[in-house]
Amino acid sequence: MNSTLFHYASPQIFFPVAGKLIPWFSVLAGLLAIAGLYVAFFVAPTDATQGEAYRIIFIHVPAAWMSMFIYVVMAGWAAAGLALNTRLSGMMASALAPTGAMFTFIALWSGALWGKPTWGTYWVWDARLTSELVLLFLYFGFIALKGAIPDPVRADRAGAVLALLGVVNVPIIYYSVQWWNTLHQGASVSLTRSPSMAATMLLGMLLMALAAWMYSIATTLTRLRNIILERERDAEWVRLQRTAA
Amino acid sequence: MHGFGIILQRDLRIALRRKGDVLNVLVFFVVVASLFPLGVGPEPNQLRAMAAGVVWIAALLAAVLSLPRLFAADYADGTLEQMLVAPQSLLMVVLAKSAAHWLLTGLPLALVAPLIGLQYDLPIETLGVLLASLLIGTPVLSLLGAACAALTLGVRGGGALLGLLVLPLYVPALVFGAGAVGATLIGINPSAHLSLLGAFLAVSSLVGPWAACAALRVALD
Repeated sequence: MNSTLFHYASPQIFFPVAGKLIPWFSVLAGLLAIAGLYVAFFVAPTDATQGEAYRIIFIHVPAAWMSMFIYVVMAGWAAAGLALNTRLSGMMASALAPTGAMFTFIALWSGALWGKPTWGTYWVWDARLTSELVLLFLYFGFIALKGAIPDPVRADRAGAVLALLGVVNVPIIYYSVQWWNTLHQGASVSLTRSPSMAATMLLGMLLMALAAWMYSIATTLTRLRNIILERERDAEWVRLQRTAA
Repeated sequence: MHGFGIILQRDLRIALRRKGDVLNVLVFFVVVASLFPLGVGPEPNQLRAMAAGVVWIAALLAAVLSLPRLFAADYADGTLEQMLVAPQSLLMVVLAKSAAHWLLTGLPLALVAPLIGLQYDLPIETLGVLLASLLIGTPVLSLLGAACAALTLGVRGGGALLGLLVLPLYVPALVFGAGAVGATLIGINPSAHLSLLGAFLAVSSLVGPWAACAALRVALD
C-alpha cells in the first residue's frame, strides 16, 4: 500500500493541507459558477417547448448529479475507514453527508419549481423524484445515526456500516421505484426522452456541474477541518495551533 | 448449524413466555390496517385499490415497532457480549435471531393479512397472492431490520431513529410486495413481482446479516 497516502490520512498532517486547498477550490467554484450562470442566462437560447422555465436545469441537474455522486463517495470513504481503520476516512464521510443532503434537497426543490410551469404540478410520484426523496431519507438516517452516538469512533463505524448498507440498496430502490411507476402509468414527461440539447445549454450545465464539484470539495474540506479540531481538541498540536494563532 | 437451532429455540421460548409482547405487534398491525378506511372513507373500489399497500405499510410499521426488542434484552444483561466471544460464529447468532424474529412477527402478520384483505373487499384469488408476497417479503424485514437494530443498540432515541434508518431500505419490498397484489387485481400474472421480491430476499439475506454482525461488533467494542 502506498505509504504517502497513509501519511496524509493523519488528521494532524491533513489539517494544514486542507487549509491550503480550500481557497483554491472556493475561488474555482466562484469563477465556474459565474461563467456557468452567464452562459445559462445570457448565452443559452430559450427552449422551444419549455420556454424560459427550462433554465432551472442549470441548478437542478448538477444538484441531482452531486446528490447521488456524494453518497457513493461517502460510502467509499466509509468502506475505506472500516477496512483500513483510518481516522480521517470517517471524518470525511461525516463532512460529506450534509453537502450531499443539501444537494438532494436542492434537486427536489428546484425540480418542484420546474414541475409547476411544465407539468402543472409541484410534485408527481415520478420514479426519479421518488428515488431522490428516498435518497434524502438515507442521508437523514446517516446524519441522525452519527448524531445519536456520542463516541466518535463508534459513530464513524456505525455510520460506515449504514452507508454501505445504503449504497447496496440505492440501485435496487431506484429500479424498484422505476418499475413501480411504469406499472401504474407512463411518466408524463421524461427527461431521458428530451430533445437533443443545444451545445450552449450543455456547456452551461457542465460549467455549473464543475462549480458544484468545486463547491462540494471546498465546503467538505472546511467542515472536515472543523471536525478534526473538535475531535482532536485535547491533542498537543491543536493546542500549539491555538497559541500560534 | 448446531448453534443456530439452540439460539432459535431459546429466543422462541423466551418470547413465548411473554406472549403479550408477541400479540401486541399483531394487534398493532390489525389496528393500523383498520384505521385506514376510517380515514379515507368506506368506498369499496378505493379500498380494494389500496388494500395491498395498506397491509404492507402496516406490516413495515409493525416490524419497526418490534425490532428494538431483537437485541436489546441480550445487550442489557450482557448475553450478547458472551455470544460475541463464544467460539461459534456471530453470523449464526444473527441468523438465528433474525429467524426467531420472523417466526414471531412476520409469519403471524402474513397469516392474518388475508383476513384484512377480505375486509378491504379483495377478490378471493388475490388473497393467496397477498399471503405469498408477505411470506416472501417479511423475512426481508427481519434481515435488514436486524442490521439497523444492531446499529441503534444502546443509542438514545433508538426507536424513532431505527424507523428512519430502516424504512427507506424497505422500499423495494413494499414496491414488489404490494405490486404483486396490484398486478393480480388488473389481471397481470404476479410471478414477476414475486420473483423480484424473492431476489431482494436473496440479496437481503446476504447483506443484512453481514451488516448486523459488523454493527454488533461496533456496538460491543
